Amino acid sequence: MSKRIEAKNVDIYYSKFKAVEDVNMTIEPRAVTAFIGPSGCGKTTFLRTLNRMHEVIPGAYVDGEITLDGENLYGNGVDPVNVRRKVGMVFQRPNPFPTMSIKENVLAGLRLNNKNASRTEQDEIAEKALRGANLWEEVKNRLDLPGSGLSGGQQQRLCIARAIAMAPEVLLMDEPCSALDPISTLAIEDLIQELKSKYTIVIVTHNMQQAARVSDTTAFFNIAGTGQPGKLIEMDTTEKIFSTPSVQATEDYITGRFG
Amino acid sequence: MSTATLTPKRSSAPDSSSLTAGQLPGWTTWVVGLASLAVGFLAAWLLTSSFSIGLGVALAAVVFLVAMHIASLTVEGGRRAADRLAKHIVIGMFLLALLPLISVTVTAVGNGISRLDPGFFGNSMRNVVGAGGGAAHAIWGTLIITGIAMLISVPIGLLTAVYLAEYGQGKPLARSITFFVDVMTGIPSIVAGLFAYALFGVLFGIGTVNGFAGAVALSVLMIPVVVRSTEELLRIVPNELREASYALGVPKWKTIMRIVIPTAISGIVAGVILALARIIGETAPLMIAAGFTQSLNTNPGSGAMMTLPVFVYDQYARPGIPREPYWDRAWAGALTLILIVMLLNLVGRLIAKRFAPKTGR
Amino acid sequence: MSQQTQAPRDRGAHSDLIPSKPRVGDKVFTGLSTGSGIAILVILAAVAAFLLLRAFPALTASADDIAARGYTSNLPIEGFWGWVLPLAFGTIWAAIGALALAVPVSIGIALFISHYAPRRLAATLGYIIDLLAAVPSVVFGLWGFFVLAPALGPLHQWLTTYMGWFPLFSGQASGTGRTIFTASIVLAVMILPIITSLCREVFLQTPKLHEEASLALGATRWEMITMAVFPFARAGIVSAIMLGLGRALGETMAVAMILSGQNRISFEVLTAQNPNTIAANIALSFPEAYDLKINQLIASGLVLFIITLAVNMFARWIVSRRAAFSGAN
Repeated sequence: MSKRIEAKNVDIYYSKFKAVEDVNMTIEPRAVTAFIGPSGCGKTTFLRTLNRMHEVIPGAYVDGEITLDGENLYGNGVDPVNVRRKVGMVFQRPNPFPTMSIKENVLAGLRLNNKNASRTEQDEIAEKALRGANLWEEVKNRLDLPGSGLSGGQQQRLCIARAIAMAPEVLLMDEPCSALDPISTLAIEDLIQELKSKYTIVIVTHNMQQAARVSDTTAFFNIAGTGQPGKLIEMDTTEKIFSTPSVQATEDYITGRFG
Repeated sequence: MSTATLTPKRSSAPDSSSLTAGQLPGWTTWVVGLASLAVGFLAAWLLTSSFSIGLGVALAAVVFLVAMHIASLTVEGGRRAADRLAKHIVIGMFLLALLPLISVTVTAVGNGISRLDPGFFGNSMRNVVGAGGGAAHAIWGTLIITGIAMLISVPIGLLTAVYLAEYGQGKPLARSITFFVDVMTGIPSIVAGLFAYALFGVLFGIGTVNGFAGAVALSVLMIPVVVRSTEELLRIVPNELREASYALGVPKWKTIMRIVIPTAISGIVAGVILALARIIGETAPLMIAAGFTQSLNTNPGSGAMMTLPVFVYDQYARPGIPREPYWDRAWAGALTLILIVMLLNLVGRLIAKRFAPKTGR
Repeated sequence: MSQQTQAPRDRGAHSDLIPSKPRVGDKVFTGLSTGSGIAILVILAAVAAFLLLRAFPALTASADDIAARGYTSNLPIEGFWGWVLPLAFGTIWAAIGALALAVPVSIGIALFISHYAPRRLAATLGYIIDLLAAVPSVVFGLWGFFVLAPALGPLHQWLTTYMGWFPLFSGQASGTGRTIFTASIVLAVMILPIITSLCREVFLQTPKLHEEASLALGATRWEMITMAVFPFARAGIVSAIMLGLGRALGETMAVAMILSGQNRISFEVLTAQNPNTIAANIALSFPEAYDLKINQLIASGLVLFIITLAVNMFARWIVSRRAAFSGAN
C-alpha cells in the first residue's frame, strides 16, 4: 500500500523563474516526513510536484526525476491523472465539494473515476474511509447532508477521508491544520499517527511543534533571499533535526532566530 | 459652550447647543412641501384654467426646490444649503424615473386587461376582421423561435465560457474571443435581423424568412449575454475545488463537468433565463428574419412565423377599421409580453439567490 | 506542459502510470469548448461578410439608380451617401438627445441608491429601476404613441411659443407630439437602467477611506460626493454613458413607432419635420422593400453597425484605461 519516493536533482520552474533548486531526497514508506522552512522557501511547491499538482499553474514545469518505488512520475507518456490517483493530497483549507453530501464527497474520487462498485461496496468504502479519518461516529447519522455543513475540523477530516477512499500509496498534506482550531488540530495529528501505519505521509507545516510531534523525518527548506530559488538544506530524523542539527541555518530557524 | 442649565428643557435644547445650532428644524421639509404643492396646483390652475396633475406636480417641485434652498441659505448657510439641494434633486431624479414605469404599467394593464381572455390565447388572426381573434399563433411562434434560439445559444455560450474560464488563460485566442464577444454585445438588434435575413437569403434563396432565421437572429443577440454571465460565474468558483478534484485523479473535463459547473449551475441557469428575458421582447430582428403572418405556423423551417412582439407591432401599425379591436389586441399582447418578461426576470433572480452555492464559510 | 525530463529511462515499462488507452474525454471536451469559441469568431465574421455581400450592390449603385427608387433627402449629395447621411444624423441626434436627458437623471438615481437611500432599501430600489429594462421596446413604442406623445403636445406648443428663440425649439410645433423630442424622451427612459446600474456600481466602489477622510474633514455629504466619489468614478461614468449611447443608437421599435420621420437633416426637435433614424427606417421600410431597396437598407444597417461599434470600442477603451490607473486618480 505504501511506496518510497525518491527525488533526484529536482529543479522546479514557474516559466523562467526557478522556484526550487536541486532537491535530492528519499521519503520512506510507512512514516511521516515533515517539510519545514520559512514562507516562500519552496516546500509547498516541492510537495505539489510529488503528485504533479504544480502543473495546474500555467508555465510550471520540473527538471529532474521523481520516482515512486522506481517508477518515474515524469516519464514519457505518464498521465498526471494516474499519478494523482496514487498520490492523494489534502489542502491547507478544507475544500469539500459544496454540491455533494458527506457520503458523495467521500465517494467522489471513485465515482468521478468511473470505478464501478455496487451500492453495498460503496457503503463499505465510505464507512471504511470515514472510520479511517476518525469521522464515522460523528457523521454516520447524517451521511446525506451537505458536507459544507460540518465544522472546519470535521470538513478537513472529511477531505482526508475523501483522499484515503481512493486507496492511494502516498498522502500529501499541505499545512492541513493551518485553518483549524487547536482541538481540531489535535484530532488531525492523532489521525496522522494512525494513518502512517498504512501510508507514506508527507506533511508541510509552519508549526515546528507540530513537525516535532507528528513526524519521523524532517526536511528543512530555506531561501537565500527574495528572487532566489528555495533549497533543501538538511534532512534527517526529526529527533536529530530538533536536537542537534548539522547546519547552522537549521538551528537558527528551529530556535526561532529567524523566519 | 452652552450655558450649563441644570434642568435641560427639551424644547429649548436646540438653540443652546453649538452642535445643533443653525439648522432648519425637521418639520420644515414637510411644511414647505405641502405649501409648494398648494402653490404649484394653484399656479397650474391659474395658467391653464384646468386641473392638471402633471403641471401641478412639476411646478410644485420647482417651488419646493427654490423655497427650501432659500430657507436653508438664510438659516444654515451656503454649504449646508448646497448639500440639501443636492439631496432633494437626487431624490427627485429617482421619483422622476418612477413616472414612466408607473405610467407604462398602468396603461398596459388598463388597456390590455379587457382582451386578456381565453380567446386571446386560443385563436389566431386567421380570417379575423375587426373584433375577436387572438395571439395564439404569435405565442406559439415566440415559444418555438426563442426555444430554438436557446438551443443554439446555450451550448455555444456555455462551452465558450468554459473555454475562456478554464482553458484560455491569457492565450491570444481567448483574448480575441473576449474582445469579439464584447463587439457582439454591441450589435444593434436590427442588424442581427439583417444578418439572419442575408444569411438565409444566400443559403436558401433571396427572400427566405422563417422561424429558423428568426432564431438565428436572436442567437446572435443571446450568445454574448450567456458567455459573459457564465464566464463570470465560472471564475468565482473557488480554485480549491478544482484542485481537490485534480488531486483525486479526476481528469480536467470531468472536473469541469461534475464539480465546476454544478457548483455554479444556479447562477448559470439564472443568467440564461435573464438572457432569455432580454431576447423574448425583441421585435425588429424578428420582423425582418421571421416575417409576418396571421396564421398559426408551427414549422420553423418554412414560411413566416409570427411572434408576440411582432404581433403587437402589427396590430398597432396596421389596424383595420374600426381601429379599437386591433389596438386592444396590441395592448393585450403588450401586457402578456410584460408579464412574461417580468416572470422570467423574477424566476431568474430567485434562482440566483435561492440556490446560490453554499461554500460553507 | 512539463516533460522536461531526460532520456526515457522508464524502469517500469508496463507502468500503470501510463494509461493503456488514450484519454479521449479531455481531448473531446477541449475541442468542443475551443470550437465554440472559434464558432463565435466565425459568426461575427459571417455577420460582417453577409452584410457586406448584400450591401455591396447598393454601395456601388449609380446615383440615378438610387434616385429612381424614390430615396432622396434634403442634402445636395447624390446617391447612397446622400440618402444614408441624414439617417445617420437622425440616429446620432436622437441618441444625443436621449443622453442629454438620461445622464443627469441616471447619475442622480445612482447616487440616491448608493449614497442616500437607507441601505436596507438600496437593493430593492435598484431592482425597481431595473424593471424599466424589462419592458420590451415595442411596449415603450405603444406607450410613447398612445400616452406620452399626446401628453407632451401642450409642452411642444409652450416651448415653441415662449422658448422659440432657442434654435432647437424654433419652428412650428408638431400637433401630434410625434417628434424627435418625444422619441428622445422614450429613448432616455430605455437607456436609463443601464447607465444607472453601471454608475451605481462605480459609485459603490469608491474607496471607503476616501469618503471617510473627507467626512472627517467636516465635509457635508454633497461635498464628500464631489470630493471623493465623482473624481473616482469619472471614467466609469463616461463609459456608462458611452454604453448607453450604444444602446440608444441601435434602438429600433420605440423610435419607429413614435417618430414620424423624414429623410432630412434638421436640428429643430419640436416640429413635424423630423429626421429619421437608420434602425427605425429599416424597420418601417423593410416589409415593403424589394431588390435594390433591400440592399440599400442592409447597407444602412452596416453603417449603423459601424457607428455603434465605434462607440462601444471607445467605451471599452476608456474602461481599460481606467483599469490601468485605477484606484484613486
